[in-house]
Amino acid sequence: MNVPTMAEMMAQGKQPEVLFWVGCAGSFDDRAKKITKAFVKILNKAEVDFAVLGAEESCTGDPAKRAGNEFLFQMQAMTNIEVMNAYEIKKIVTACPHCFNTLKNEYPELGGQYEVMHHTEFLKSLLDQGRITIEGGLYKGKRITFHDPCYLGRANEVYEAPRELIRKLEVELIEMKRCKSNGLCCGAGGAQMFKESESGNKDINVERTEDAVEVKPDIIATGCPFCNTMMTDGIKSKEKEGAIEVLDIVELIVNAQDL
Amino acid sequence: MHYLSNIIFAILLIAGIGFFTKNVKKIIRNIKLGRAVDRFDNSSLRLKNMINIALGQSKMVRRPIAGFLHIIVYVGFIIINIEVLEIIIDGLFGTHRIFSSLGSFYGFLIGSFEILAFLVFISVVVFWIRRMILRIPRFWNKEMIGFPKNDALYILYFEMVLMTLFLVMNATDTHFQHINSGNIISQFIAPLFNGLDADALHLIERGAWWIHIAGILVFLNYLYYSKHLHILLAFPNTYYANLNAKGKFNNLQSVTDEVKMMLDPSVDPYAAPVESDTAETDVPEKFGAEDIFDLNWVQLMNAYTCTECGRCTSVCPANITGKELSPRAIMMKTRDRIEEVGKNIDKNGEFVTDENNLFTSITNEELWACTSCNACVEECPINIDPLSIIIDMRRFLVMEKSAAPQELNAMMTNIENNGAPWQYNQLDRLNWKDEK
Repeated sequence: MNVPTMAEMMAQGKQPEVLFWVGCAGSFDDRAKKITKAFVKILNKAEVDFAVLGAEESCTGDPAKRAGNEFLFQMQAMTNIEVMNAYEIKKIVTACPHCFNTLKNEYPELGGQYEVMHHTEFLKSLLDQGRITIEGGLYKGKRITFHDPCYLGRANEVYEAPRELIRKLEVELIEMKRCKSNGLCCGAGGAQMFKESESGNKDINVERTEDAVEVKPDIIATGCPFCNTMMTDGIKSKEKEGAIEVLDIVELIVNAQDL
Repeated sequence: MHYLSNIIFAILLIAGIGFFTKNVKKIIRNIKLGRAVDRFDNSSLRLKNMINIALGQSKMVRRPIAGFLHIIVYVGFIIINIEVLEIIIDGLFGTHRIFSSLGSFYGFLIGSFEILAFLVFISVVVFWIRRMILRIPRFWNKEMIGFPKNDALYILYFEMVLMTLFLVMNATDTHFQHINSGNIISQFIAPLFNGLDADALHLIERGAWWIHIAGILVFLNYLYYSKHLHILLAFPNTYYANLNAKGKFNNLQSVTDEVKMMLDPSVDPYAAPVESDTAETDVPEKFGAEDIFDLNWVQLMNAYTCTECGRCTSVCPANITGKELSPRAIMMKTRDRIEEVGKNIDKNGEFVTDENNLFTSITNEELWACTSCNACVEECPINIDPLSIIIDMRRFLVMEKSAAPQELNAMMTNIENNGAPWQYNQLDRLNWKDEK
């Protein structure tokens, strides 16, 4: 696996085409690391000239901002912006919709102006340019439903890129009753990932998992490490681990072609 | 004596409109209690949104049945008001059906009004059934008890009565029935009054006419106290709504200034503060929102505009799963607090500090249950943004009160120390590369 850092690139006097912003989940969460690696496999296969910040990357500040800690958010943002501007970063791709949203929408006013893409948008653009091909393979004919991450869907109105990638897998893309702009949150956003939920009569991820189970999919496709965790937990609570898999779109692409 | 009715009418009209104007001024004053926010850019897109969303009702039809019925009532309301123009002219000048000189076109107009009045009546009855018989859950959340519940019903009854009066007025107008043009609906009501002599019919016709116009004026003045204000405020509310991506939360400028200073090594922390031009800036700006004064004026207008339809609450993941949070309740409580502050100002001439603020009615539990998923914002038929109020109040809790839930404090400490919400070393960020 070839994962150059910006520092190495700079030492060689090179400027990569795109910065892969790995994010905290993608760096540290065991499940999300698999998504990170799957994405890198595709980048390597397509010979995309990319780099990561590695140890110079730090939390975008998203969970702090959603929790109301604007101070911490802006401290994080300005530190990250300083690093990225020093490397003259122009374009960023990330597999986390929360990082995506924050970098895309909240960094510009603080001095960080970049073209920011979610990994599904980026792969869609590679596909359109003919730099990658996606074929059915392993998943041909399977029933797959896509859970829209709030920060990709409603927050930034990206609904089609992930779906177009899924369709390329020659699968049966089925929609839950609440999808796209009506999609139901997995329960992790707004810093909920890091706390117990308030008392109620159900967990949000269970409610959402029921939406998915209802359409009888073989696979729930996600595009967010936090949604992935929540849906995986939901499937466990419904005791459907044997029947329904929760996979990120990049994992589907990698597995389908056995990369 | 001859002019008595004209004079009474004029007095009624002036009083009705005058009292309403006074209350409108009060609303504008109260909305201006909010902080400044720049929503004056991109006027062409704003106008387009207003035309599509408020005038064109484009977001109403996300729920097809309610949306369709609402459009009938809305179109009926607007079109039938042309008739009110005639009523006002007749009332002021003692004429009778002044526009009837338009001949067959008048018949066409009144005929259309009658059909609409009938459809409005039916729609309003269906609305009532949805609320009271079918008991659609969003009308029965716990914030919908007492006045909010009755308010909705009063409006429905008002509309039923006004439409009935309009049709009865036409049905008992013997001359109008005799011409037999435009009495599409009222011709079927007229037989109910068979057997009454001309005087009695005239009395009923006059009665219906007077109660109809008086009812309209009362209804106009009821708006201020009611969720029905949306019929006016939906327009500015959609015009001034946020145009940015929904995921973009504003960056607090006050924080930016401080953070820049903290990160700038050349800043002398012991330097004397720069003399400011205005006394206002001497008081450091509060971080986040504790009271309505800390919200911006669009957020306050949002609160006045809310129709309490509960679509937001019905899509809120927290509410669906039984948590305390209801985005609609956030808007209602905000409006109640604005009203409380408004009354305080009415009484004292200026706001005299009281013991209450937004946190008096909005609990921390509600605020912390939000996933910031934007479903409520997406769903609102007139672009109200409950999420922005929730976030501003969280900001106050965290930055002014250090009152975040314990686990969130831990998460934030981790970000501060390790650059990640979990306790991992920043230097290990690339370890995944070599892991199997």
